[in-house]
Amino acid sequence: MAWLDMLVTASFWVAVLRIGTPLIFGTLGELICERAGVLNLGIEGIMVAGAFSGWLAVYLGAPLGAGILVAMAVGAALGLLHGILTVPLGLSQHVAGIGITLLATSLSYYFYRMVFPTVTEPPRIQPFQPLDLPGLFAQTPMTYLAFLLVALTAYVLYRTPLGLAVRMVGENPAAVEAQGIDVTRLRIGAVMVGSSLMALGGAFLTLSAFNAFYFNMINGRGWICIALVVFASWRPGKALLGAVLFAAFDAFQLRLQQLIGGAVPYQIFLMAPYVLSILALIVMSRRAGVPRALMIPYRKGER
Amino acid sequence: MNQPVGAQAEVVLRLRGITKRFGSLTANDAIDLDLHKGEVVALLGENGAGKSTLMSILFGHYVADEGTVEAFGQPLPPGDPAAALARGIGMVHQHFTLADNLTVLDNVMLGTESLWSWRSRRSAGRARLDRLAGAFGLAVRGDARVGDLSVGERQRVEILKALYRDARILILDEPTAVLTPQESASLRATLGRLVAEGLSIIFISHKLDEVLEIGDRVVVLRAGKVAGEVPVADADRPMLAGMMVGRAVEQPQRRQLSPGAVAVGLQGVTVLGEGGRRRLDAVDLDIRAGEIVGLAGVSGNGQSVLSDVLAGLITPDGGHYRLADEDVSRAGTRGLVARGVGRIPEDRQASGVIGDMTIPETLIAEDFRARPFSRFGVIDWRAARDFAARIVSDFDVRTERPDLNARLLSGGNMQKLLLGRALARRPRFVLANQPTRGLDVGAAAYVHQRLLAAREAGAAILLISEDLDEVLRLSDRVAVMFRGRLREADPALGPVTVERLGLMMAGQGFEHAA
Ligand SMILES: Nc1ncnc2c1ncn2[C@@H]1O[C@H](COP(=O)(O)OP(=O)(O)OP(=O)(O)O)[C@@H](O)[C@H]1O
Ligand SMILES: [Mg+2]
Repeated sequence: MAWLDMLVTASFWVAVLRIGTPLIFGTLGELICERAGVLNLGIEGIMVAGAFSGWLAVYLGAPLGAGILVAMAVGAALGLLHGILTVPLGLSQHVAGIGITLLATSLSYYFYRMVFPTVTEPPRIQPFQPLDLPGLFAQTPMTYLAFLLVALTAYVLYRTPLGLAVRMVGENPAAVEAQGIDVTRLRIGAVMVGSSLMALGGAFLTLSAFNAFYFNMINGRGWICIALVVFASWRPGKALLGAVLFAAFDAFQLRLQQLIGGAVPYQIFLMAPYVLSILALIVMSRRAGVPRALMIPYRKGER
Repeated sequence: MNQPVGAQAEVVLRLRGITKRFGSLTANDAIDLDLHKGEVVALLGENGAGKSTLMSILFGHYVADEGTVEAFGQPLPPGDPAAALARGIGMVHQHFTLADNLTVLDNVMLGTESLWSWRSRRSAGRARLDRLAGAFGLAVRGDARVGDLSVGERQRVEILKALYRDARILILDEPTAVLTPQESASLRATLGRLVAEGLSIIFISHKLDEVLEIGDRVVVLRAGKVAGEVPVADADRPMLAGMMVGRAVEQPQRRQLSPGAVAVGLQGVTVLGEGGRRRLDAVDLDIRAGEIVGLAGVSGNGQSVLSDVLAGLITPDGGHYRLADEDVSRAGTRGLVARGVGRIPEDRQASGVIGDMTIPETLIAEDFRARPFSRFGVIDWRAARDFAARIVSDFDVRTERPDLNARLLSGGNMQKLLLGRALARRPRFVLANQPTRGLDVGAAAYVHQRLLAAREAGAAILLISEDLDEVLRLSDRVAVMFRGRLREADPALGPVTVERLGLMMAGQGFEHAA
């Protein structure tokens, strides 16, 4: 069974972790926003903007670490915009999110064309290199960062006063205000932090996985993260599990394609991870703990 | 309590000239109020008089248009709950502000530690919570999920939240509206201990007996203004009722009637819960036309299940539910409405009105499918508006505009709206579940009068209530529920009194039939 052998090779799992890393960042970011009660459909565009801005900074001569910071700052700025639209102004979170995605995507492409009006071949940078470690551990520092952030997010959410406030504001904002905490600032802050993680997910693609910025590079990864948050029942640990699982499906179908070749249309393989994740969603999310106040705007001084 | 607080006692809270407008409505109009150390001020007023608004301003949820608040001699910044909390003001809101999915300890500790601290001192917090709970008789488990607690326990969590922050001033907005008589009594005992510790309390309630028992001073609001102020020692029920409403409140009287044929009949109605537990256990009950049957019981003994069966929300697992001679166990809500069942739901926010719909929409929600409200599948808004205008004037619903969103009505006016919807169709059977919960004395008397009028018009009425005085005053017969079973208080065994009902609610008379 060639396909079974494949599952036990190190190279397969190295690929899984590489494919999974942007999903981990994105899912964590979305999870933080939703835990605070704000759906962020801007994720797809924020990932594009993160990929572009991080890469551009490095192309213009910044070190890789600074590229990461630039991507995060751009993500946070887009998060601030989404936060202002949805929290104090109370606009529809769906509409605002789709708007952010369109805006961030178009702006990224626009600036790309502005900086490189004539190039046909995307300019390259020197990306992060995998650490020189055996087997599975030969990953770039950003993958390690993703795993670290899962632990950090879980710790902050469940062990610190700030995390309690974030969880509470997603459940019942009136309770948060009654305890003297500013709902608006807390929610906007959470959306900014979450959005900067999403941007980091995008930046991973241009600074670690590849070495250039392409159009359509994010290719629906943001939408997958939204589904993964539901799959994870809004828990960071399960988010990691979900991201890795999805990445495993994806890596598996890639190799299966090579193995089986042209006998089956390749679109079937491309589709497989999505079908499987829909099935997994149906099974897992039945007892999902959705934050009670998700998508419900809170307006101070109104009943 | 009830001992006079010396005029020299320190003023802990001073409100001056508080005015708050919502659009054209002036909810608070130049209100002055003082609270002294160790004093319990009872704040009374009709529904919509502006009590909750005033307290929300004091706590910083709303910002007043005019006026100042001083706590312990220092002005309080407007619109800043954190500042109010820091000054030692604690508030128990009319609608609980708890997160159901989190634990008691989470809810209590929220906001008590710096948001930038790297860890939460849970064990110290738990110890403090347990100590406070023990000291003030507010037993509740710190690890329990709030959603699993009873209403009385949630109330305790709200008070503990304030005590945990060393509140010196406690504001309670209708804390007893949803409590059973037993729970209210234990709350009153707790408040007594808090006052003995030197706390000052503002207590809002519509229950005049309660106010007379625990208040030192009564302040009455009417239409946003202070209508009067009396020491409790000089007050009595009719006087307070008169101050609130601006005229004497008459208690409607029940006239003797000879009841007609059986209109509603339950035989052996049983509803099973998880694990085969009987939520309703072979309930038998007949209600005749022109008769009010009162149903008492400690909440959670099956009254809501019975009410859901009667409204068609639950299909019983066994037994029969008949209207006249027709078995309607499976008729469903729509079928029952069509057969003349009028329903006044227990939780008017959850299953009565639809907050973001207008008054006409709410009023036709039960029968918009048929004439006169729709023809060929198109809603006739003129008919709906005419109907709404009629209900609003017939049932004295006080609203700025007849097309306001239902959410913006005060509790009492919302209830009148639902009463109007239920009674306008001249129902054969009226299911009134806690019809006066949270209502002021005037509004409650009005609801009573309307129910008695429906009785005289020949309706069969089931009145489910935790207010035993109300049950005894209105009902022709009284039944009690205990652990899913129902027993009638047999008048042949002597007069039915509050004491006798109290014993039955605790299970007396239910032993043999298990
Ligand atoms: N946020 C708001 N927007 C518009 N109107 C409001 C708002 N809050 C309160 N009101 C109106 O202000 C008036 C006073 O309301 P408030 O809740 O203070 O009454 P209350 O005395 O507490 O009544 P109840 O006994 O029913 O609780 C009511 O007419 C209410 O409809
Ligand atoms: Mg109120």
